[in-house]
Amino acid sequence: MSKKTHSAASLVTRRTVTAGLGAGFLAGTAPFSIGRAAGAPLKVGVLLPRSGYQAGIGQDCQRGVDVAKAVLKQMGMPDLQIMNGDTETKVDVARTTAEKLIADGAQLLVGAFDSGQSTAIAQVAEQKGVPFVINIAAAPPITEQGYKFVFRNFPTGPMILRDAFLNQKEVFSVAGVAPKTAVMLHCNDTYGTAILKGTEAMFPKFDMPYKIVEKIAYDPAARDLSVEVSKAKATGADILYAVSRLNDAILLTREMIKQRWSPQAVLSIGPGWYEDQYLKTLGKNANGPISFVPWYDPNKKATKLLKDALAKAHKGIGLNTNHVYTFEALLVAADAYKRAGSADPKALADAIRKTNITDNVSPGPGIMFNEKGQNDKLKCSAIQNRDGDTVTLAPKEAANAKPVWPMKRG
Amino acid sequence: MIARLFDDITPRGQALLAIVLALALAAPFIVNDYLLSVLIVTLYFAYTGQAWNVMMGFAGQLSLGHAIYVGLAAYAAAWLFVQFKVSPWIGLFAAIPIAALCGAIIGFLAFRFRVSGVYFAILTIAFAEFARIGFDHFTAVGGSAGLFLPVSGYAKYDLWNLRGGPEMFYYVILAMVVIAFLICRALLRSRIGYYLLAIREDEQAARALGIDTFRCKMIAVVISAGMTAPAGVFIAFYNNNLFPEQVFHISQSIEIILAPFIGGAGTLFGPIIGAALLQWLAESLRVVLEAVGIDMPGSKQVFFGFLLLLVVIAAPEGFWPGIAARFKITRRK
Amino acid sequence: MPLDIYVNVAIGGILTGLVYGLMALGLSVIFGVVRVVNFAHGEMMTIAMYLAIVLFARLGLDPLLMLAPIAVVLFVAGYFLQLRVINRFITRPEHSQFLLLVAIAIIIVNVLLMIFGPDAQSVQTSYSFDSYQIGPIIIDATKLYAGGAAIVVAIALVAFFRYTTIGTAIRACADNYTGAQVVGLDVNRLYALTFGLGAACVGAAGTMLVIIIDVTPALGPAYTLLAFVIVITGGLGSMSGALLGGVLIGLTEAMAGLLFSPSAKSMFAFGILVLVLLFRPQGIVGRRTA
Repeated sequence: MSKKTHSAASLVTRRTVTAGLGAGFLAGTAPFSIGRAAGAPLKVGVLLPRSGYQAGIGQDCQRGVDVAKAVLKQMGMPDLQIMNGDTETKVDVARTTAEKLIADGAQLLVGAFDSGQSTAIAQVAEQKGVPFVINIAAAPPITEQGYKFVFRNFPTGPMILRDAFLNQKEVFSVAGVAPKTAVMLHCNDTYGTAILKGTEAMFPKFDMPYKIVEKIAYDPAARDLSVEVSKAKATGADILYAVSRLNDAILLTREMIKQRWSPQAVLSIGPGWYEDQYLKTLGKNANGPISFVPWYDPNKKATKLLKDALAKAHKGIGLNTNHVYTFEALLVAADAYKRAGSADPKALADAIRKTNITDNVSPGPGIMFNEKGQNDKLKCSAIQNRDGDTVTLAPKEAANAKPVWPMKRG
Repeated sequence: MIARLFDDITPRGQALLAIVLALALAAPFIVNDYLLSVLIVTLYFAYTGQAWNVMMGFAGQLSLGHAIYVGLAAYAAAWLFVQFKVSPWIGLFAAIPIAALCGAIIGFLAFRFRVSGVYFAILTIAFAEFARIGFDHFTAVGGSAGLFLPVSGYAKYDLWNLRGGPEMFYYVILAMVVIAFLICRALLRSRIGYYLLAIREDEQAARALGIDTFRCKMIAVVISAGMTAPAGVFIAFYNNNLFPEQVFHISQSIEIILAPFIGGAGTLFGPIIGAALLQWLAESLRVVLEAVGIDMPGSKQVFFGFLLLLVVIAAPEGFWPGIAARFKITRRK
Repeated sequence: MPLDIYVNVAIGGILTGLVYGLMALGLSVIFGVVRVVNFAHGEMMTIAMYLAIVLFARLGLDPLLMLAPIAVVLFVAGYFLQLRVINRFITRPEHSQFLLLVAIAIIIVNVLLMIFGPDAQSVQTSYSFDSYQIGPIIIDATKLYAGGAAIVVAIALVAFFRYTTIGTAIRACADNYTGAQVVGLDVNRLYALTFGLGAACVGAAGTMLVIIIDVTPALGPAYTLLAFVIVITGGLGSMSGALLGGVLIGLTEAMAGLLFSPSAKSMFAFGILVLVLLFRPQGIVGRRTA
């Protein structure tokens, strides 16, 4: 934008002219990308919740975007021109922002962390024929709609659970333990409920050594979890199976200490228990919990590149899911652009469909998409907090430490 | 009959109205999809603002929980579509009565027990919050994990099932706004309308005159709730997903009332003008902030808050009455 | 479930409820006297909480020690807010007042967001992980201190209104606006004073609350609502009502969470509110006004 506009009238006029060119193309090809030289940077619209209650996570994902440029260059990938969009944690804003980025020339979209917002953006992308690579969103329906332009390099809820149970078994066998009872404490929001339902459906199939004796749901807005912890403690279970977010994880840990409850282990499926803020805030009291989450493979080459770049750009911030998967979404975009040789959305989408990146950061054979646009080869990891950092316990090929069981605080 | 509804607008006003309507009809061919989606949001809030206005502007009852009607209607129609493939147009026949019934319950409880003013507002908030938490646990419609509507391809426009591109939704919501406007106008001219205005100005005097205030207020509440229902159905099929946290949240209720307040509660054009003004302000702010380079999350909302403050202090009756008088759009009676 | 779980939860609920009560007390005072619907109540408390956090982070000062200074800051802010801004709206229709305070609330929440970011922040004092154990009963140390502080401040406030001249003058304004003016009271000043007191109250409550819970900018609206529920349940204009309401809500929420589903425990507060509004709108302790 070359000049500031202050009145709605001039706004409409300028946009109208631009739009007039683009409106004719029902496929929604951005008017300026046709015929663009393949050497020019690919315009990628990155949609994240930069304000609203998910702002912290959105800003964390942004760090993945910030360091992507340097790392992609090191990997020999073409340049990307990033256009930032703020979904404000609202579905309707996500939609209008996606429209705006496309109107401004975005040739590919990346985003949006939240399933509801990603769904809205997916509709816009599909309708306009602009590829949309989802960085983080676990709800299965998004890739079940038969979309041709939507791709997701992130495990769905069922995938996360499947790996969680498999990894738990691995951890149990390495540690030589077989806990008998578990109490499930989960946040009553989209993610927590999805994991609850998934657990109820999949748990019987995995023949786990423990039984879930009680399931306690808590209000995501609750700032006082003493009642919930009391209830959980009263069950006398061997392990706490937690599905929560960062703030809740800190609250729960504090409560557990105050109420003098120390189960054999805290097994968490979801965010919170391994995050920087958790480790920093609780210090020695953060040791012990094992999280089963989409993570990175510490043994892969690209991981080291990403870790170094992040350390240089943002000191003191540990590499986590947000950075990794946002980076990989951009990696997919750059790789497809390289192979397609053009910024034509349809060519890009076809190229993405054929993606086969083995030099990546996430665990598993690499990044490849099935016919629904989902990367179903992703593997999730089991990580444990250890002295201000996390170590990977499972899967075997991505592991770099042995579990500490039962957990010891302080 | 339609002509009579417009007899208090000056010829100049009528001409302006015609031009605006023509522009609105032509919009999808003039503006790009981004602007179109902004217009859809504007019209959505213009519509809900008009529905809310019936309760507040006409009957003087401040409802701060209007999101409950949107939510109930949305879930009703969406659920019928997901389970039984029922078209949203048929779904309206379930959504409207449900919302109206909810309004009737709230109205009955409130008016029977003489809850009014601030207390009524808080009562409506309580109901909306109750619904929000309740639906969070209502697993049959997805609970807090949300209710997703199946989406089919966009190449074809399916008006019956409201599947398609933004142009279709635009015309639907435009039609809704126009119909709502006509309904409100007719209501205002009817005997009930005059009774309601009397109640709004001075309830005791109205009662002294023999008006059955309870019945009139109930009618206003039921109409307002019922009118809000189609907005819920619209938003369900436009967004294709429903989460109790978003749909019933108090921030939604507050967004609904902002447009009519800014435009002018109790007036007919107020909600529409207010919605347009708010959206224009929001989008302009976003553009200005982008151009200036401020990228701090929350900064847009702060400016917004200050603008709202300014409006409240400088133009408490809303902008519409001032504009209408100045440009001689309505005839002073 | 063994009995001691119930007792522990109940004690926790009552102690937290005392702090809620203090917060609601501020609102009761404001609404009871100035008759302004302070929809920015929770947001004001959030300001106090952030102040406490900053002071703790920069100077290492325990929030409980900072209670007085923070309350004073909030008092001054509230005083001038009422005198300069809200006073013009006393005679305007209720929805105007409401919108004014909504605008103020929006500004506060988002300025806090801009300054502090959206992540939860907390104060971790030396006693943040402490608890007292008496037999099977475990009492959370932070809640005990906060609850105790709340009682002290509440008593101070009640004493102020009952035994000082200014306190009596304020109560006079509440009972009869015109009469008070006739008698020669400077109502505007007294209103400002009252608002300031209410703000100081909520500031003190915030300082206590910050050692129990974490704060995010979005906390404001939730607590505004809670304050209204408590005030109406306990009885408008009644200080003992506000405290009683707070304890009642704190207790019911805790027990409901224990007996039923914790995630639905807020529904009980709203359920109680609806019942009170319908059957006893003057609240439990309040007197029915004509």
